[in-house]
Amino acid sequence: MTTEELKTITANQIVDARGTACPGPLLAAKKAIGEIESGEVMEILSSDEGTKHDIPRWCEKMEHEFLGIVEEDSYTRLFLKKA
Amino acid sequence: MDFENQILELQKKVGKLEKGTKDQLSMVVFSGDLDKILAAMIIATGAVAYDMQVKLFFTFWATASLRDPKKKASGKSFMGKMFGMMLPKGKNKLKLSKMNMAGMGAAMIKGLMKKKNVASLDELFKVAGELGVVINICEMSMDLMGFKKEEMIDYPNLNVCGVATFLADASESKVQLFI
Repeated sequence: MTTEELKTITANQIVDARGTACPGPLLAAKKAIGEIESGEVMEILSSDEGTKHDIPRWCEKMEHEFLGIVEEDSYTRLFLKKA
Repeated sequence: MDFENQILELQKKVGKLEKGTKDQLSMVVFSGDLDKILAAMIIATGAVAYDMQVKLFFTFWATASLRDPKKKASGKSFMGKMFGMMLPKGKNKLKLSKMNMAGMGAAMIKGLMKKKNVASLDELFKVAGELGVVINICEMSMDLMGFKKEEMIDYPNLNVCGVATFLADASESKVQLFI
């Protein structure tokens, strides 16, 4: 998805993991993914650089669809659709 | 060999293969240094988030880090008492493997971690316990250093066991590490 398309998405669940370091955002994502249904969209907010690489790899493994990244000034928004 | 026997043989082999590739991480935690235990616990909690089962085998110097400073064990031998005094009493008394500088380095790292929002060892052990990370302590190391189970931290999945338990866990894990 393009950045413009991602910006229009309203996620079913927003996980704010800003301020936590590795593996904080991943743990937060794992915890929150259990609270949404298959096909729903989750947005993760992270200020940890590594998350940009970790979340796509995690999605690959868990078979969630990784939708993409939107960069903000001091953090990143990562979007995924639950398998 | 007839056809039916061949199938049975294959089923056995597939069963073994499946068992051999559990999505599990087995780690030997040998070092008793702050930095190395920190790395072990970050990898362990990260692995759980990565949907793996995690089994840690604490042995030798690492066993001292599992002591609870508030707990006391009685009936120790002279050598046991000596070891108990010489080794760090729990995870908050660990030294850095490099640049410890009589504790100044360790204090600086802890300060930096706080500033950068890196979870402390206390937090990492708490999260690991909640997520089902299993900690197995080497019985022989405890015996050697005179540590008793009753002076170890309160942790949900804490067992005392031998090397065979580690080998059994490791042989059915996809990932094995030694720290």
